[in-house]
This record gives sequence, C-alpha cells and structure tokens, in this order.
Amino acid sequence: MINGLKKWRLFTLMAALIFFLAGCGREEISTLIPAGGVAQDQFNLLILSSVVMLFVIIVVTIVYVLAITKFRRSKLGDEFIPEQVEGSAKLEFLWTAIPIVLIIIIAIPTVYQTFDLADTRTMDVEAEDGSMTNLTVNVIAKLYWWEFEYPEQGIVTAQELVVPTDQRVYFNVVSADVKHSFWIPSIGGKIDANPENTNTFYLTFDQESSELEDGVFYGKCAELCGPSHALMDFKVKTMNSGDFDQWVTAMQEEQPAPSEELAQTGEELFGQDGLGCIACHATSGVGEGNIMAGPNLATFGDRNRVAGILEHNEENLKAWIRDPQQYKPGNQMPDVKSLNGGQDVSEQDLDALAAYLMSLSVEQ
Amino acid sequence: MSSNAQKSGFGATIWDYMTSVDHKKIAILYLMSGGLFFLIGGIEAMMIRIQLMKAGNDFLSAGTYNEVLTMHGTTMIFLAAMPLLLGFMNAIMPLQIGARDVAFPFLNSLGFWLFFFGGVFLNLSWFLGGAPDAGWTNYASLALASESHGIDFYSLGLTISGFGTLISGINFLVTIINMRAPGMTYMRMPLFTWTTFVASALILLAFPPLTIAIFFMVFDRLFGSHFFDVAAGGNTIIWEHLFWIFGHPEVYILILPAFGIFSEIFAIFSRKRLFGYTALVFATILIGFYGFMVWAHHMFTVGLGPTANAIFALATMIIAVPTGVKIFNWLLTIWGGSVSFATPMLYAVGFIPSFVAGGVTGVMQAMAPLDYQLHDSYFIVAHFHYVIVGGVVLAIFAATHLYWPKMFGTMLSEKLGKVTFWLFFIGFHLTFFIQHFLGLMGMPRRVYTFGADQGWDLFNAISSAGAIFMALGVIILLVNVIMTTVKNERVGNDPWGDGRTLEWAIPSPPPFYNFAQTPLVRGLDTYWIEKMEGNKEGMIYAEPLGDIHMPNNSFIPVVMSFGLFVASFGALYHPDDLPWTVPVIVLGLLITFGSMLLRSLKDDLGFHVHKEDLIKDREGVKTDGHQ
Repeated sequence: MINGLKKWRLFTLMAALIFFLAGCGREEISTLIPAGGVAQDQFNLLILSSVVMLFVIIVVTIVYVLAITKFRRSKLGDEFIPEQVEGSAKLEFLWTAIPIVLIIIIAIPTVYQTFDLADTRTMDVEAEDGSMTNLTVNVIAKLYWWEFEYPEQGIVTAQELVVPTDQRVYFNVVSADVKHSFWIPSIGGKIDANPENTNTFYLTFDQESSELEDGVFYGKCAELCGPSHALMDFKVKTMNSGDFDQWVTAMQEEQPAPSEELAQTGEELFGQDGLGCIACHATSGVGEGNIMAGPNLATFGDRNRVAGILEHNEENLKAWIRDPQQYKPGNQMPDVKSLNGGQDVSEQDLDALAAYLMSLSVEQ
Repeated sequence: MSSNAQKSGFGATIWDYMTSVDHKKIAILYLMSGGLFFLIGGIEAMMIRIQLMKAGNDFLSAGTYNEVLTMHGTTMIFLAAMPLLLGFMNAIMPLQIGARDVAFPFLNSLGFWLFFFGGVFLNLSWFLGGAPDAGWTNYASLALASESHGIDFYSLGLTISGFGTLISGINFLVTIINMRAPGMTYMRMPLFTWTTFVASALILLAFPPLTIAIFFMVFDRLFGSHFFDVAAGGNTIIWEHLFWIFGHPEVYILILPAFGIFSEIFAIFSRKRLFGYTALVFATILIGFYGFMVWAHHMFTVGLGPTANAIFALATMIIAVPTGVKIFNWLLTIWGGSVSFATPMLYAVGFIPSFVAGGVTGVMQAMAPLDYQLHDSYFIVAHFHYVIVGGVVLAIFAATHLYWPKMFGTMLSEKLGKVTFWLFFIGFHLTFFIQHFLGLMGMPRRVYTFGADQGWDLFNAISSAGAIFMALGVIILLVNVIMTTVKNERVGNDPWGDGRTLEWAIPSPPPFYNFAQTPLVRGLDTYWIEKMEGNKEGMIYAEPLGDIHMPNNSFIPVVMSFGLFVASFGALYHPDDLPWTVPVIVLGLLITFGSMLLRSLKDDLGFHVHKEDLIKDREGVKTDGHQ
C-alpha cells in the first residue's frame, strides 16, 4: 500500500517534471531557452515583466478573493442594504500612482533595449585589412523558402543559414514577393521581410548547433504568406569562426564533379540537356542573391531537411521532386512532368537525380 | 401602434420586424443575426482546433485552413461581437436615458440592414468560389496576390456592413447628446450609456480609416489602381497603418461596452452604488482617447525604427493605468456590498481574473523588444482571446442573462445559465492559457499544421480539448434560450430585484413607446433612489400624460441595403470580363439611390399614440412589477 503510494507520488513528480520541461519547448526553437544574446536580452525582459505583472496579479487576487468571500449575500441576509459609498480620492490616487511607478520600472529597459537592438552602427566598420569586422547576410524571403546571400564573401545559399558564433551577424531582410517575417526563436525576435524595403537588424549566436539534438536551430516565417506559410521553415547552423571560415572557403571553391556513375547521370538530367533544373537551381555556392528563381543547391547534401520540412533522405527527396505541391501547396516549383515533355519521370531517373543532389556538399 | 403589428401570424411578424424602426425590435434583430454569425464563427473556431489537435493533421487543407482562420476572425469581430453589442446598446441605452427611441429610428433600421446584407454577402463567399484567405487583417501584399474572389467578398462585404456600423455610431452619439430625460446630466448617466457614448465616438473616428483602406483595396483588385502594388510604386505598409489606426480603436469599441455591462452588473448584484463613478467615467474617456495613439504596437516588427517603436511602446503602457483604475473600482464596488451570485454576476466575477490576465500580457507585449519575440506567435493569439473572449464574450453572455427579461419579458434559467458559465469559463482558460506557452516555445500563429518534431503536440491537444467545453457551454445556452421561450413565464419591471437605473422602472418588455411619461431623473441610479424613498409609482415624471408622436415603420431601409448588396455582385465579378457586371452595378445603385430619393421626397409624418390608449395600456400593465 505504502509502496503503491510512493510509486504514485513518483509518477506525479515525473509527470510534473515532464510537463515543466515540455513547458520550455525544444532547445532548437524555444524562446525560453535562449541561445543568442538578443534572445537572452528579450528573455530577461520577459522575466522582469513577469515579475512585475505577478505583483499586480497577487494584489488584485488578494482584494478579489476577500471581496467575493466576505460580502456574500448568503452571509449578510437578504434584507441587508449596504452603505452606498461614492468613492475615495485617496484610493483613486493610490491605484493610479502605483501602476505608473510599475510602468516606469518596465519602460526604462524597454526604451534602452529598443534602441540597443536597433543599433547597427558597427555594421559597416572595416578592419585594417579592408574586410568588414562583422558578417552581413542578405536574407531574401520567397514563397515558401529563404535565400541567404553573403555579399562580402560572394556566396549564396538557401534554406540553411550558416553563421559563426561569438560575433554580431547583421541581416538585411527583404521579400521578393509577399510579406514574410524572419524569425529564429531561440536566437532572437523576428523582423518582417517587406516587399518594399530592406530591414536591417543583428543577432548573435552563442551556441554551436552541433551540440543540439537535431544539429540545427529552427527558423520560421512568422507572417501569414499563403497556403504553405506553416511550412516556410529554414534551419540555422552555427559554428566557431574557424569552421565558418573553412565553410566559406569551401563554398567559394569549385566542387569536384560527382565520382559515382549514378550521380553523374543525375547531373546530366539536372542540366540543360536533361530536365533543365539548373535553369532555376544553381549548384555552385558562388554568386549573388535574388537572381535564381529556386533555392541554391550547392550545400544540398549537407542539409538537415528536404524542402525545409521533410526528413533528409533520398526517399523524401524523390517524393518531393515527383509532386512538390503535395508537400508545400502553392509553391512555385514546376511540375516535373512538364519538364519531361509531359511524361512521368522514371524511377531510375529519380534515383539518379537524388544521388546527384545528395552528392552536392561543401562540408566533407 | 402601427396596424401591421396587430396582425398575428408568422408572415406578419417577419414583415413587422423587417419594417420596424423600434429600437427594441432592431435590438432583437441584431441579437438574432449576431448570434447566428457567432455560431458560424464558433464552428470555424472548432474546425481550427480540430485541425491543430495533433501534429500533421489533415482535417483541413492548407488553403481551406487559411479561409477558415480568416473568416473566423472577420466573422467574430465584425459580424458577431460588434452587432451583439450594438444589439444591447439599442435595447438598453435609450431606456437608460429615458428616451422614447433613438434620435433617428429610420437610420437605426438602415444601419442594421446594411450590416446584415454585408455579413450575408461576406459569408456567401463560401459558396461562390472560396472565402477570403489573407487573415482578418488582410495585409495588402498577400491580399493582392490572392487569386480567388474571397478578398473581394471581404472588402465589399465589410464596406457595406461598415456603413451600417458608422450610421449606428452617429445615431447613438446624437441620441445620448440630445435625448436624455430631464435631470439626466452627463454625470448621472449609467456607465453602460457612457461606454456606448465613448464607443460610438470611436466608431465615428475609427471606421473612416478602414473605409479608406478597403476602398483602396477594392480599387486595386477590381479596377486596376496601384495603391498597394509595390511593383508599380505602391506601398503595402500604408495598409497596415490604415488598418491598425482603425483596428486598435476597434478593440476598444468592443471592450468599452463590455466594461459598461459589467459596471451595471457589479452595482446591481452588489446592491451598491458604483465605487468611484467619476473615475470610471474618466477612465473610459481616457482609454478611448489613448486608443488612437497606440496603433503601431501592432507593427513593432515592421521596421519602423527604434524611435517610433519606443514612443508607441510607452503610449501603449499608459493605457494600463486607466484600465487598472477600472479593475480596482469594480473590486471596491463589490467590497462592502451584498453580493448575490446570479448568473450575470458569475460572468462579471469570472471576467476580472480573465481580463487581468489578458491585460498583463498586453503590457508585456507593449515592451517592443520583447514583442519581437511575442509578435505573430501563439502568445498573441492567447492574449487577444483573453481580452476578447475573457472580456467581450463574457460580457455578451452576461448581458444576455441580465437583459433577457427586459427584452423578452421572461427569465433565462439560472440553473442552465450557471452550467453554461462553468463549462465556458473552464473551457476558455483550458484552451487559451496554454497557448501563451506555445507562443514562447516558438509556435507562429496562423499555421495550418505543425511538425511532430517541434515539441508542441501536448499543449495543442490540451488547447483543443478546452474548445470542446466552450462549445458545450454555448449549446447549453441555446437549449436554455429555447426552453425559456417555450415556458414563457412572464416577469415584472425589475426581475432581478435590485435594478438601479431607468430601464428597470419600465415593464418587461417595455411598451413600444417606452415611457408613457418622460421620467424625471434625480441623481445617479435614479430608480434606486425612488425605490429607497418608497415611491410606490416607481418614478417621478417630468410631464403630464399626453399624446405621443411616433415614427412610421418603413421597408425602405431593407431595399436601400439590398441595392448595395446587388451592386456588390456586379463589382465583384467585374474583373472577370463578364457582360452583365456593369448593368448589375448600375441596377443595384439605382435601387439604393432610388429608395433614398423616395425617402427624401415622400412625406412621412409618423403617427400619434393617444392619451386614452396610453391609459388603457397602463391599466393592463401594473407598474408595481407584476403582471
């Protein structure tokens, strides 16, 4: 009996613990587990405001509970007519003044942080050798994918943002079609990708993503942008400056042609004389942003997801190529049949394409 | 009384309601159609929660989900919450100030029918090629890119119903300024009348920006202008500004009347004068005033820059002060009173913690840098449902119970009312509290699905379970309404026993001319004063019994609104190059302007209720409270 009770206790304790941990969400995406300086500042504001608000709630709760328990008609009798009090100037002053003080307490860090997070003065500072001291990434949001251009490095990637830890990274965010919003919850708050202007802000990345269970942070589109708004995900890889520099160099170099025979067939299919995928998808990391109609695939083999949402394997890749509309309704990728003269692409061709795409990698 | 209403039979009743200019009948029309739209919006809400009940659910497709979420928001705000509140304003406010009707009874009817036809037009989109799918905020870049006619249904439907709301707002303003009974100074007006007054002023000032924005949208989509077309030099941010310059005051248009309703309830069911009446009035005015200066807090992430964000952050925080003043004055109204927990009071008592929770998260979102995280996440979904469901919807349910006897002459069942309250209240917190955490855990709003790898499964399942309780609560309310109507046990003037204001000094339901003699108001809570002084007759009157001049019923408002409804179909299909669209636009406008002309040229002098009839009426209805 006592044993059973203990087990039951342990069970509730475990349940409570799971609930609490679940309450923080996954470290890849939760704002409650900040992994960047900006998110940390914002988390601190959350805690400060929660404490202030908790004080308000406690005061209201005390008055409220006393009021509704002490003055019940069932206790006072049906005939009781209370005194018709008009009000109290003292009390009115009190509950005007105290909230004003509370607001000042939260207003000061709010104003400070608002200006601090918008401070882009160090963006264009050059080091002695003429290179920029901080990395700048141009983010171009498109129906339902993300392009990341590194203007100083002359490289472009898509769907997976790669950034160094321990330095400010500046972002120029713009949309190529309808309005989107660029959000990496565990790194920092969002900024809108407007069609008419470029928004600039910065983030810092304090944790290397290889430490995470999934190996990447999750990024989201936070503004309704059409049927597949929910699927407009991207991933963020963070690494130390050394690894990042290595990655940039690898991106800038020409990658060797695939060695496997199947992949070579795939490359032909991908090219101008095959299905012509290359008309929209570049396979070299060198280039500028907002030129190609589809995502750059130079790092495809290194990615964490197919199309930002599906588990990264050849099966899913083939399924995606066969019918992209099934997985991301409303996306702009043409039907593969229309590229193949109206005929279904054979299973062998799909295998070849998948093998080729999976061979595209800069990280080996 | 107009002869039509004397005829019995279903058709005659319908005709009577369609032509009526009586504020009490128009109130019932608002209540019925607003209630119907509330049910439709509720079904849409349930579909949303079913879709999100588990990861990767395929109950709704991506496109359909966007239509459902858009129509849920649009319907609940424009076609349910606002009309239901307008219904209670219509039913009660003229009684509270001792008026015979609103200032412009014809316009009152026109306002209703415009709203009604606009709402029907908007909902017809479901059957005519698809509903709008750009969210209730209808941000311009997405709206222009939307291919179906849904967005056109949105913009044309809201234009028509917006006219109706604007007309009602002006009507209430004029009524409150001009038609108060002798002695009813501004500072003796009941709080519900005050909040109606301020909300009407907000309607007058807030709806024109929306009308402009929607006009631009209509012209962009239907006639090829380029207000929002970035490629042609347009700008989509201006839509966001115009929408929120309307949209934020709109929230106060909804919540202020809710505050008014709760103010009445706290006083009645605590048997006590409102604590700090003057402070409550000034807090109402201040909230209305500040409401126009905070719209950009909906746009902190748009990139307006730190100066604008900081200013709007501070302006937004200030609103917490008058709102806090209200909360504490209500608490002190209960304090030292004699509290009876009848159903309306249960709602009022449930409202305080719900609204405080919604209020504090509002202040948190006012902190611009924190809002960069919270904006467009499920945190904001939780926040605005806490203020709108926890504030406005609870007020509408409370008012339904409180004023049902005044409007229909029979009491809703208290037992079922309490069941509804508990189901709805528990369901509401279960559904929305946990959504704060979903937002903090990174879940964006308006997503039709989510992956099992995001860690949001459990909380979404809990949230969906809560929605079932809310639905059950609403179903029981419907059962309550039907059972009450069938039973039809009549009640007297003051069925709650502790009525304080003028509406409780008159039979339930009141005769069509309201007060046979205009009452004399001797202070705040004037009926309470008379009761306490033992006035057996109920009130003191400001005039001797005499003939009453009343307006005639009119079918013109229905025809006038119907014309715009017809013209809208022409405009909607105009871009499709169909031959009949222009003739239909012309025909519709001819109907509308023709009926306006008829109204202007035809003399309509109204009729008189004679003194003898009034005396007969009075003998039929005893004034001591029981029929």
